Amino acid sequence: MYKIVKAEKLAANIFLMEVEAPRVAKHCLPGQFVIVKMDEEGERIPLTICDYSREKGTITIVFQPIGESTMRMSELKEGDAFMDFVGPLGQPSEFCKEDPEELKKKKIVFVAGGVGTAPVYPQAKWLHEHGIEADVIIGARNKDLIILEDEFKKVCNLYITTDDGSYVRKGMGTDVLRDLVQNQGKHYDVCVAIGPMIMMKFVCLLTKELGIHTIVSMNPIMVDGTGMCGACRVTVGGEVKFACVDGPEFDGHLINFDEAMKRQQMYKTEEGRAILRYKEGKTHHGGCGHCGGDK
Amino acid sequence: MAKGLIRVPVREQDPKVRATNFNEVCLGYNKEEAMEEASRCLNCKNAKCITGCPVNINIPGFIAQVKEGNIEEAYKIISESSALPAVCGRVCPQESQCEGKCIRGIKGDPVSIGKLERFVADWAKENGIKPEAPTEKNGHKVAVIGSGPAGLTCAGDLARLGYDVTIFEALHKAGGVLSYGIPEFRLPKDKVVAAEIENVKSLGVKIETNVIIGKSVTIDELMQDEGYEAVFIGSGAGLPMFMGIPGEQANGVFSANEYLTRNNLMKAYREDYDTPIARGKKVAVVGGGNVAMDAARTALRLGAEVHIIYRRSEAELPARVEEVHHAKEEGVIFDLLTNPVEILTDENDWVTGIRCIRMELGEPDASGRRRPVEIPGSEFEFDVDTVIMSLGTSPNPLISSTTYGLDTNKRKCIIADEEFGKTSKEGVYAGGDAVTGAATVILAMGAGKAGAKGIHEYIMGKQE
Repeated sequence: MYKIVKAEKLAANIFLMEVEAPRVAKHCLPGQFVIVKMDEEGERIPLTICDYSREKGTITIVFQPIGESTMRMSELKEGDAFMDFVGPLGQPSEFCKEDPEELKKKKIVFVAGGVGTAPVYPQAKWLHEHGIEADVIIGARNKDLIILEDEFKKVCNLYITTDDGSYVRKGMGTDVLRDLVQNQGKHYDVCVAIGPMIMMKFVCLLTKELGIHTIVSMNPIMVDGTGMCGACRVTVGGEVKFACVDGPEFDGHLINFDEAMKRQQMYKTEEGRAILRYKEGKTHHGGCGHCGGDK
Repeated sequence: MAKGLIRVPVREQDPKVRATNFNEVCLGYNKEEAMEEASRCLNCKNAKCITGCPVNINIPGFIAQVKEGNIEEAYKIISESSALPAVCGRVCPQESQCEGKCIRGIKGDPVSIGKLERFVADWAKENGIKPEAPTEKNGHKVAVIGSGPAGLTCAGDLARLGYDVTIFEALHKAGGVLSYGIPEFRLPKDKVVAAEIENVKSLGVKIETNVIIGKSVTIDELMQDEGYEAVFIGSGAGLPMFMGIPGEQANGVFSANEYLTRNNLMKAYREDYDTPIARGKKVAVVGGGNVAMDAARTALRLGAEVHIIYRRSEAELPARVEEVHHAKEEGVIFDLLTNPVEILTDENDWVTGIRCIRMELGEPDASGRRRPVEIPGSEFEFDVDTVIMSLGTSPNPLISSTTYGLDTNKRKCIIADEEFGKTSKEGVYAGGDAVTGAATVILAMGAGKAGAKGIHEYIMGKQE
């Protein structure tokens, strides 16, 4: 069992948990992910690593309850435990492998969307620790969904924007990036975008126009996370890659986003039924005849 | 035919009933049936069946005990050679191994060695008989990577010799292909797989799940920091292959590994488990091996009409004869000499059909099987909503790419000698599918035994 040593509600619908997993904490690097399973009946859920402490042997994960499993997960408290917690999985971010001196010559910008803000944090922190101050743009739907603002301020130059203008400025992350490059004389060698697929797709369209090399962190459906099933396959530059072992980070300008977004919808019906069963509990009548309700 | 020439039939679930449930198809012998079948054994002096068994079980020896009704004694004889008899009795391709060599098979049916082994193992379990743990530990630590048949066998053998053995498993449950690959209706998970793993644990073997060697910890760290003197790699061949045809990325196309993992390991067929699975109405399974049969029979039980699409003819099907027979009885449709060329989709990228081409058999190829050749202009389409690719698997390069000094061949298989499983790296041994590419459970067990022998000689050699 993997004990939850801290459970915190970061925003309206975003949860943070710090979990004891010494083997993962000893070896993980920014960009990698873990797979968690709550209990015997639970499913395996991939979550990007948001922070880690080698000393405490802990990993921090941040998630948004969007399905039945993550809704149940959000109810876990400090002192509870995950039955299974495995990692680190996937490849570390590209810059972890680069010579820090070479890296210092590069200008890096991050564009984070929604809960994708959390996995940007260990990357910005890692760069800061290696003497590199990156620019980070956080985009959220509204003020209540901005997370980790204070933490980010300590490790990077932070720009915040909200879709509805309820905090700092109004607009999307892409609007901020365009403004920085076209109006404020900023130049970037690399852009890292992490968030919903649709947001990463739009960042890539913009950076292609601006001529900025762009890395995205893909979040397809996964089962084992070790390369044995291919559920997470994505097409990159016309080639089939498994996001769990070859990624999750890829050259965003080579990704077939339309295909990836359609593949994400694969279990939409099953997921919807599971949410109904969970939310309506015993009051759900299952009149649809599909969900195993009492009809 | 005279009575002695025909084997005692084994009881099975009715095909119509079993096609709708995940309970075990074969019900096995009872004691009377087992004793009667055992009496057909001629107790050969120079028993060929033993040479046909990759772990060389003393077959006439245990059968002689069954014949007398001494089942506990029979179990002890099997346990000297095999750590997983309840598994092997169920999934070994006996027709090409022990039973293929049985003298009775020349004129009449060979003795049902597999079903007898299964009976003995199940009886021992029901009567609470476990393998005996070693009385003395020798103080040496060995790590085993992978808890599939190769790793479990190697760990069991080393534990019997007094070693302190820890198995590291990447998934959340031990068993490898026995847990995620072979379905419940052929190999019950709780009754058989979990029980056999408990038996290995009762020998003193520790199992640490959720550890991915090469990611969570490396082999070099295990040897340098954690005090393991030798390592056995039994990580299998779990990387699925795809065809590379148009439409293969569509929604509704799965590798057999994904489909079976969802159903067997994650129990997606059960309402009380969270993992979903696509319940297709009309399913095409591409391939002709045991995995293809398992995927097809699983899809059938989830309510689909199922077609096996295979490019050669029935005679070349690599699956066990018994599995093909069971699949047909249950209503799986075989489209032989047929090969997919494209998967058809709708505007939302969901599978709507499959375009295939008819094949004919040409000259034999390197494997000795007649090579399938496309018949020009014979393309045709039919409707399906799910396609399961079962084209084989290859070893995952994760371990070899993170272990310094471990040589692999061009198929990414670890290079290890057959007799002792010795690799190019000192103290590191390997066996099973990680070395040979996808093969059988019993061959992996044989390799696990060889690795245990190699490790024992290596560690004892260092002492002198």
